[in-house]
Amino acid sequence: MDHLDQLEAQSVYILREAYHSFSNLCMPWSMGKDSNVLIWLSKKAFCGKIPYPVLHIDTTYEFPEMLEFREWARKEYDLDLIVKINEDARAGRGSYTQSVGYETHDPVTVTHELKTVALQQVMAERKFDALITGIRRDEDPTRAKERYFSPRNAEFEWDYKDQPPEFWNQFTTAIEPGEHIRVQPLLDWAEVDIWRYIERENIPIPTMYFARPGEDGKKYRFRSLGCWPITKPVESTASNISEIIAELLVTKTSERAGRAQDHHERNAMQKLRAKGFM
Amino acid sequence: MQTTLEPTKVPTSDISLPTSQKLRIVIVGHVDHGKSTLIGRLFHDTNSLPEGKVEQIRKASELEGMEFEFAFLLDALLEEQAQNITIDTTQLPFRTEKREYVIIDAPGHKEFLKNMVTGAASADAAILLIDANEGIQEQSKRHAYLLSLLGIRQIVVAVNKMDLVGYRQERFEKVRSDYTEFLGKLGIVPQHFVPMSAKLGLNITQASPELAWHKGPAILEALEQFQISAPPDDLPLRFVLQDIYRFDERRILAGRIETGSLQVGQEIVFWPDGKSSRVKSIEEWNAPEPPTSALVGESVAITLEEQIFVERGDIGSAPDHGPAEGREIHASLFWLQNDPLPLNVPFTLKLGTQSVEARLVEITRVLDSSTLEPLAGNPGIIHKNEVADVRIRARKPIAFDRHDRISETGRFVIVTGKRIGGGGIIREAEYQDEKRLAGAAENLTWTVSPVTRESRAENFGHRGAVLWLTGLSGSGKSTLATGLEYHLHRRGIFSYILDGDNLRHGLCANLGFSAEDRSENIRRAGETARLMAEAGLVVICSLISPFRADRDNVRKICQRDGIPFAEVFINAPLDVCEARDPRGLYKKARAGEIKEFTGITSPYEAPLAPELELRTAEHTLDNTLLDLTHFAVELSRIPEPQIAEELARGAGI
Ligand SMILES: Nc1nc2c(ncn2[C@@H]2O[C@H](COP(=O)(O)OP(=O)(O)OP(=O)(O)O)[C@@H](O)[C@H]2O)c(=O)[nH]1
Ligand SMILES: [Mg+2]
Repeated sequence: MDHLDQLEAQSVYILREAYHSFSNLCMPWSMGKDSNVLIWLSKKAFCGKIPYPVLHIDTTYEFPEMLEFREWARKEYDLDLIVKINEDARAGRGSYTQSVGYETHDPVTVTHELKTVALQQVMAERKFDALITGIRRDEDPTRAKERYFSPRNAEFEWDYKDQPPEFWNQFTTAIEPGEHIRVQPLLDWAEVDIWRYIERENIPIPTMYFARPGEDGKKYRFRSLGCWPITKPVESTASNISEIIAELLVTKTSERAGRAQDHHERNAMQKLRAKGFM
Repeated sequence: MQTTLEPTKVPTSDISLPTSQKLRIVIVGHVDHGKSTLIGRLFHDTNSLPEGKVEQIRKASELEGMEFEFAFLLDALLEEQAQNITIDTTQLPFRTEKREYVIIDAPGHKEFLKNMVTGAASADAAILLIDANEGIQEQSKRHAYLLSLLGIRQIVVAVNKMDLVGYRQERFEKVRSDYTEFLGKLGIVPQHFVPMSAKLGLNITQASPELAWHKGPAILEALEQFQISAPPDDLPLRFVLQDIYRFDERRILAGRIETGSLQVGQEIVFWPDGKSSRVKSIEEWNAPEPPTSALVGESVAITLEEQIFVERGDIGSAPDHGPAEGREIHASLFWLQNDPLPLNVPFTLKLGTQSVEARLVEITRVLDSSTLEPLAGNPGIIHKNEVADVRIRARKPIAFDRHDRISETGRFVIVTGKRIGGGGIIREAEYQDEKRLAGAAENLTWTVSPVTRESRAENFGHRGAVLWLTGLSGSGKSTLATGLEYHLHRRGIFSYILDGDNLRHGLCANLGFSAEDRSENIRRAGETARLMAEAGLVVICSLISPFRADRDNVRKICQRDGIPFAEVFINAPLDVCEARDPRGLYKKARAGEIKEFTGITSPYEAPLAPELELRTAEHTLDNTLLDLTHFAVELSRIPEPQIAEELARGAGI
């Protein structure tokens, strides 16, 4: 087994443990590269049938190309797709006195309201007991401290100061009512592993990851995809996967450098994640 | 760190690395000895930090009023930075020209041992780091011990903060000889001892002039010598079953090949039950063609030729070299949770995908894992951060291996409440094939293990027994029997009443009241009671049974088969019984309407040495019933001489 086989085997093992352990499981799906690897691994784990719904938290700031991809993939993979928008926040009604958006608010606030709170709303409606997420340790230092099975309390809080032990592939699967578990099968994967795997398995991904000419004549590509107002492309000529991999092996820029909400203040990610962000 | 929203420039190149497995290294040792600093240094000095990271760490250090702290690369939580301590373990990918690594930082504070274990358990190799100035401390020892339990054999010792001891070789040699001696007791032989300074970056990536007397490798060179620790290829098959899927007409068994390999067409036996079938197919989504074999480490889905009853938790093996199976395991245990683990309190044991209720039935010894000294006395309980040798008994049989034979199925965790509280490795296991080699088993076919009286008792939570209530008509046998049955039932003890009158309606309908028939009546009742007790029930026999010889005969029947038997004499004087006369039988007997009525026209031979005598004329019914219930509960208790011994010692008796 090479490194990718090993990562795949471990992720499949985790997905199967999750499916066994929880009766009401859901997989958030952003259509990004990691998300699509998760879809692929789910197909592998369950012999072609994904036995849980897939959830897209739509911030309404989605790139149009991503929405197109969403429709394509829904049919291609036969997904049980849930699309969730925090309508109240966008419309400025209910508990919101004002419409929340990037035009008027800072990125940490918008991310919290349109992603985390939207997720909370869906969780309250559907009562999921576990969420399968595509986070990886190498994305940011707080994710580097995560567990494969990570409990969140009823307020969605992550008790990072007292995480349960997890070893020998024995996971935290019992929860109190109202709590849920974040199942994180991609923790061990590095960004370059994701690309190597996409290349090896030929996994479809949105074309925005590949370089294309910008208005200034230079070429750009997206390394990480989020809301369009706060997600910037990087200058790159990588127009296929092997070029992306080559690029990653020498780059010194962190993957999420183009994601504004991470850098808004000191330890912005810790604060976001402690409150339930993925 | 990048705060600008302008596009960032990425250089391009065509370097590529082979996708060989990543070597996982954990850094452990006492709090504050410099583990996180070493990792930060390693990243920095090999030019592995992302752009802007150094600047970010500098800012954070300034905000905390510190000099530049390399440790902040790992200690990214605000709480960690404020206290300058690692709380939770971190894993970071790292690569050199030679290969790729995952570096695992572990906290050194005693409070966070659970996080240290979480980080270290998956490592191929470890760096044990010691502050040259402070020398060997509590966690230097405890962490070493845990590494040995976690099965991590490749170890390098880093002697850090050499700058604080003037780079003196004697100091280094002192640490080396002290620690070598301690590690020797654990069977650990480090590959190298490396003197270094994480803070100043000495002996990290290359030899430093300040430490020129050191002839061995620098840290990075030592890392490059570690090997991936994969399970050996020649281990027998262990297929750990996770689930059974029925998404379509197929019945798919999903699981992982922990060791060995699996071929389509081969026979596979599932443990602990020993049912066997053949592998019909290996299912793989999107595969160009279906695979015919699967190798160690793979998560697979298979179908079987015959539909046998298998379930999550089962371990599949080839017909030869199956795992051990049984209810009891001997293990070494480490305990991580605040609440201690006492004897005899049920918990959940998880081994592979098996999950079973179990409890400690013996604590052979408890070690202070920081000194390796056994604790004095016999505590009967395991506290946080202690390690112990124990005997565990599960509610039902499990399949397992000896840890030194197959570690993947030779280790387990203990779950109390909703969290993992500790882990253990199995020290002893009796294998069928070893028994066979020793000539113990003639029979080469694998048979289903018999359901024994002990295993039934374990399932019921008590053993079967016969309580023989004897006494005059009207002495209170039936009342006590029904009361007793009710109380036992309430306690979850399975019981049943055999009543003399009732038996005469069926089993003994052809018998009269001659001495001979009375004997036969008692014999049949006794044999029936024995069978029912054998099946695991507490049988309450309520018969006048006036003759000693008949009762002794029943006692013999039971004792011959090891069934606990108790003769309970329900003693009330004849005049009291006659006064009670609940069914008017005495009156009829006196009137001569009933022949051979015990006590009137036929003798009653009182027991000479009954196990229990209840004088119903002298005590209230409630009290008598209470005595009888206590007695019955004790009689049905599964004997645990070891536990009794331990408890007696623990209580200082
Ligand atoms: N003088 C000197 N100080 C060092 C050296 N290495 C680390 N330190 C300092 O020792 C302190 C503790 O370092 P850390 O790296 O946080 O220690 P640690 O072992 O990771 O501690 P925990 O993770 O909390 O167990 C910091 O203030 C470091 O700057 C060294 O080689 N020399
Ligand atoms: Mg540390």
